[in-house]
Amino acid sequence: MALLSINALTKRFGALLVTDDLSLDVASGDILGILGPNGAGKTTLFNLVAGTVKPDAGTIVYQGQDISNIGASDRCRLGIARSFQVPHPFSGMTVFENVLVGAAFGRDVKDPEAKALAILEQTGMKSKANQLAGGLTLLDRKRLEMSRALATNPKLLLLDEIAGGLTDSECASLLAAIKDVHSTGVTIVWIEHVVHALLSAATRLVVLNFGKIIVDGTPSDVMESREVKSVYLGEDVNV
Amino acid sequence: MSDIISRSTLASKLAGLVALVAIAVLIAAPWWGSVATERLIGEFMVYLALASLWNLLAGYTGLVSVGQQSFVGFGAYIVFSLALLAGWNPLYTVPMAGIATALIAIPVAKLVFRLQGAYFAIGTWVVAEVFRLGFAQMSILGGGSGKSMPANVVKQIAETKFWREATIYWLAIAIGIGALAMVYALLRSRIGLALTAIRDNETASVSLGIRIERVKYLVYVFVAGMTGLVGALFALQKIRITPDAAFSVNDWTAFVIFIVVIGGIGTIEGPIFGTIIYFLLREFLADLGSIYLLILGALAIGVMLTTPKGIWGFIQARFNLSLFPTGFRVLSKDKS
Repeated sequence: MALLSINALTKRFGALLVTDDLSLDVASGDILGILGPNGAGKTTLFNLVAGTVKPDAGTIVYQGQDISNIGASDRCRLGIARSFQVPHPFSGMTVFENVLVGAAFGRDVKDPEAKALAILEQTGMKSKANQLAGGLTLLDRKRLEMSRALATNPKLLLLDEIAGGLTDSECASLLAAIKDVHSTGVTIVWIEHVVHALLSAATRLVVLNFGKIIVDGTPSDVMESREVKSVYLGEDVNV
Repeated sequence: MSDIISRSTLASKLAGLVALVAIAVLIAAPWWGSVATERLIGEFMVYLALASLWNLLAGYTGLVSVGQQSFVGFGAYIVFSLALLAGWNPLYTVPMAGIATALIAIPVAKLVFRLQGAYFAIGTWVVAEVFRLGFAQMSILGGGSGKSMPANVVKQIAETKFWREATIYWLAIAIGIGALAMVYALLRSRIGLALTAIRDNETASVSLGIRIERVKYLVYVFVAGMTGLVGALFALQKIRITPDAAFSVNDWTAFVIFIVVIGGIGTIEGPIFGTIIYFLLREFLADLGSIYLLILGALAIGVMLTTPKGIWGFIQARFNLSLFPTGFRVLSKDKS
């Protein structure tokens, strides 16, 4: 059974159809990569799954339960965690406190302080535990986004352009951290423009355009497909 | 693993010691001070409590209420109702005033929580006006011109003037320091962690599992109940009540906002320093009449423009000082 089933999901912002009758199953244990040009509806899809945006039509089923009408905080408590494309740190709190929030309010965490420490160890941020989150570099803010999401003890982790804007070596260390998380049994859905990072981790890729899935398959199949080339590079024209 | 999570600082331990000594000195005031001193400190405690509570509401949950006078007045009227109409000892009416105010805040919250931002602020003010007009209609409690507590009722507090003044004074200390202590305890708790997160970023808070609406609702009702206690204290301090004084937007909201803004919103220390500054200004400048209010206004604008986090926010940023630490520090022993 799929961990997450999105069924005929539709969302409009005014006249703009951002999610167009979209259906998608995510199997437990996958790293599903989502590609697509700007404005394709990727982040909106995350907002719909995480519960910050309500769909106009369609349902979202998670672990066999229809969660379409459950609020975002309760979805987190069920095990759906996310990172934000633009990091949203608690600027006035330390790195440890930021992670502690996730550990204290997420999915059944017994000892939040120990959990937060363990997560910081895992993501390599322990040396910065007492720094204020507002003063972190971009890489550390992105790491903090992921650490905080992990502290909620998720079954499904939604990563939104977590590698964007990072140098190659920073990207590689983040990639290692993501693979490490995946190895602990967390299912990951990952939106990314940094294609090489996505290709090296994803077990499956879908490409979105205008709120619809245009290609779905293994990373190598998807990268070879004509639709992807036409979306990103345009059609060949014989003159 | 040899990590220790510490929740105190050297400054906070020193501050705790100083606070204990200060509280002891304050409790002894009936023997070293005049009645005027007791009343001044009593009034100080009223504002310390109101500022700490409003700061919790506005500074942490973003609920900028300009209608807290609803709850001050309601608490005060509960005291008069129970003492005059039901014949209770005025002292015993105080906890009832707190409970009754928290209860009335539940339907009020249902109403005003439908509004956001500026609409919420004005909505709370409208509710306060409704309360004021409502109590002004109750002729049994003196209607619009109010009522004084008869001498025989007042005497139930204590027989002699010395003990009456002292009892009300100690009640003020208990409510002022108590409100501050409860705010501090709340902010150190799990709810406090949620509140601090909400203060910094609501979007992230929700996505990390914090049920924001529930937390805000809880804090609103808690703050209302405590504010009702302050209203009860005010009623006993003045032993006279009028709707205009009990539901005064100037006394119970405008000055309180001034205190919190000057002192530093979103910090526990801010309201304490704000209250001290407000009382200093008042003692030295109140004789200037309307010029005094102009100075207060100019000062508030000046602080907002230059140091938006108030005087304590400025000190905190400069010296990394925290007298009431609510945070967590990781002390690693295996650091090289």
